[in-house]
Amino acid sequence: MRNLFPDNEGHFGEFGGKFVPETLMPALDELEDIFRLAINDNNFTEELDHLLTSYVGRPTPLTFAKNLTKKLGFKIYLKREDLCHTGAHKINAAIAQGLLVKKMGKSRVVAETGAGQHGVATATACALLGIDAVIYMGAKDYDRQKINVARMRLLGATVIKVDSGSQTLKDAINEAIRDWVTNVSTTHYLIGSVVGPHPYPEIVRSFQSIIGKEVKDQIMIEEKKMPDIVIACVGGGSNAMGIFHSFIDEENTKLIGIEAAGEGLNKKHAATLSVGTTGILHGMKSLVLQNSDGQIQEAHSISAGLDYPGVGPEHAWLKSIKRAEYYSVTNEVALMGVKLLSESEGIIPALETAHAVGYLPELTNVLNEQSVLVLNVSGRGDKDMDIISEKLNFFST
Amino acid sequence: MNSRIDQLFINLKKDKQFAVIPFIPINWPGTDDTISIVETALSAGADAIELGIPFSDPLADGATNQLAYQEALKNGSKVDNLFKIVDKLRTRNVKKPLIAFSYFNPIYRYGIEKFMINAEVSGLDAIIIVDLPPEESIDFSQLAKKHKMHQIFLLAPNSNEKRIESVIKLASGFLYCVSVAGTTGVRDNFSTGLETFVNKIKTKTDIPIIIGFGISKKEHIKFIKKIADGAVVGSAFVETIRNSNNENQRDMKISEFIHNLVEVD
Repeated sequence: MRNLFPDNEGHFGEFGGKFVPETLMPALDELEDIFRLAINDNNFTEELDHLLTSYVGRPTPLTFAKNLTKKLGFKIYLKREDLCHTGAHKINAAIAQGLLVKKMGKSRVVAETGAGQHGVATATACALLGIDAVIYMGAKDYDRQKINVARMRLLGATVIKVDSGSQTLKDAINEAIRDWVTNVSTTHYLIGSVVGPHPYPEIVRSFQSIIGKEVKDQIMIEEKKMPDIVIACVGGGSNAMGIFHSFIDEENTKLIGIEAAGEGLNKKHAATLSVGTTGILHGMKSLVLQNSDGQIQEAHSISAGLDYPGVGPEHAWLKSIKRAEYYSVTNEVALMGVKLLSESEGIIPALETAHAVGYLPELTNVLNEQSVLVLNVSGRGDKDMDIISEKLNFFST
Repeated sequence: MNSRIDQLFINLKKDKQFAVIPFIPINWPGTDDTISIVETALSAGADAIELGIPFSDPLADGATNQLAYQEALKNGSKVDNLFKIVDKLRTRNVKKPLIAFSYFNPIYRYGIEKFMINAEVSGLDAIIIVDLPPEESIDFSQLAKKHKMHQIFLLAPNSNEKRIESVIKLASGFLYCVSVAGTTGVRDNFSTGLETFVNKIKTKTDIPIIIGFGISKKEHIKFIKKIADGAVVGSAFVETIRNSNNENQRDMKISEFIHNLVEVD
């Protein structure tokens, strides 16, 4: 039943919807029409499936984390989205939207990027499919994710540094939307997360839900039962929605999302679901970080990919109906998570993923050795090596 | 009794005149400058004023207005200040229409009903919410009606027949037609289809049509005067104020700017 959401206007309960200037309404309608045609068109789904297997590298493995399991006392499986081409789950939705762009007959995409993973995924999909890509990136993120800026440029994309506002992801989104409003007849906005106006949260979820579908098959082979817990990090929420969605109707599987508590919930953070309030940002009604005057506040996280003062409306809804639980961990715990997964399993996770890893020790009291947990490794940590090296003092004299 | 806005367009029609409506964010450039700016613009011949409620993430605005919003927020601008300003202008005998322009979040957070009550009491005439399309404004529209507030809807040159029809059904006061696909901000040319588009709307309704976004100079007004009932002048007006060094110079520049647009025939 709950898989039927959103409703026709894109609402997940009280959340979601379309809060955009009139100029964008026709584009959203067109996108929704093309999307519905595409997912029911065998040619489209076959082409997408082919690219996902032959180019992205799907299905990604489900790895049993033997050493971590021993250390923490419950069975831990890792869904290896870090092994996708370009190093994160973002490519799943970027390739699929790229195919939609071709179907719409548009020739140009704009995209926002925080950590740079979605920008790289977009640039990659556009290189492959012959589409012009313009990527907006907040000036602060631009500086802390230089390698990804270089990757995007190498892939032929134009990267634009955004100096307005807080110079992070939310401002990159504002600029991408401004570009889109201006060039809407030729341009598609390739949103990277389950955020924005309807139909984006549904489209991105739909294309990311392959993660959870694969996990369901894989865990049945390994454990002959559904997992007790599925856990993922949440910024905008695309990797979490991707792995959660197939499990929403599995009542015995607990869904846990981990947000960035940054320097702490009483200081600077990005824990929108934990402490945000209902508001309207970037075309959607959801939980947002805002002050009492309705002005959006700056988010903060060590991980650029979680540094967003909003969250996908479906997460806000899953929280409100108590189908998913959301907690947050600090920058420090995330760094501990990076070390934990790297040292025990030989897998260096992205700082985003490391938030979910860092939360695992909290579960030792409620889980036992029969318990099965699946953690979504949303991306690999190569892009974060500068900041990890600095924080863990690898080169201090 | 006709509302101030209805009366404005009745009068303008009688005299074959055209509405010039400057836009200015409240509490900008200084916290207390709004009253003086509004009064100067009105006495120079502006027919109504659009008062912008500053927002941190104004994605339909260009760089000029975004920067002004940021500065106004630094000045401590809040939704409540809008009502203080409108109330003061009414006390000082300002009789022309005052229209609020906002993004939805500050009003949602403030409380829609509380907003409407204070809007009615202070003497605001209308509200434009740039990111609240008809689909999402059912509750809002009911409250606006209850408190005699015109809710102004926007149409864009790429709005299709179905959208035009549904917006016209809800329209009150006037229709705000966006001149181009894009954000606010000064530009040279309008969408080539603007005239055709406005004419299409006119075949369906008698409600006055105001054109906004990108209007900055005499030539623009000359063109728009032929096809519509008025124009909103936003970023160009904001720039004029930004380029003033002191209050006297500002008053002079505002008067000159408005005169120049009003006197187009």
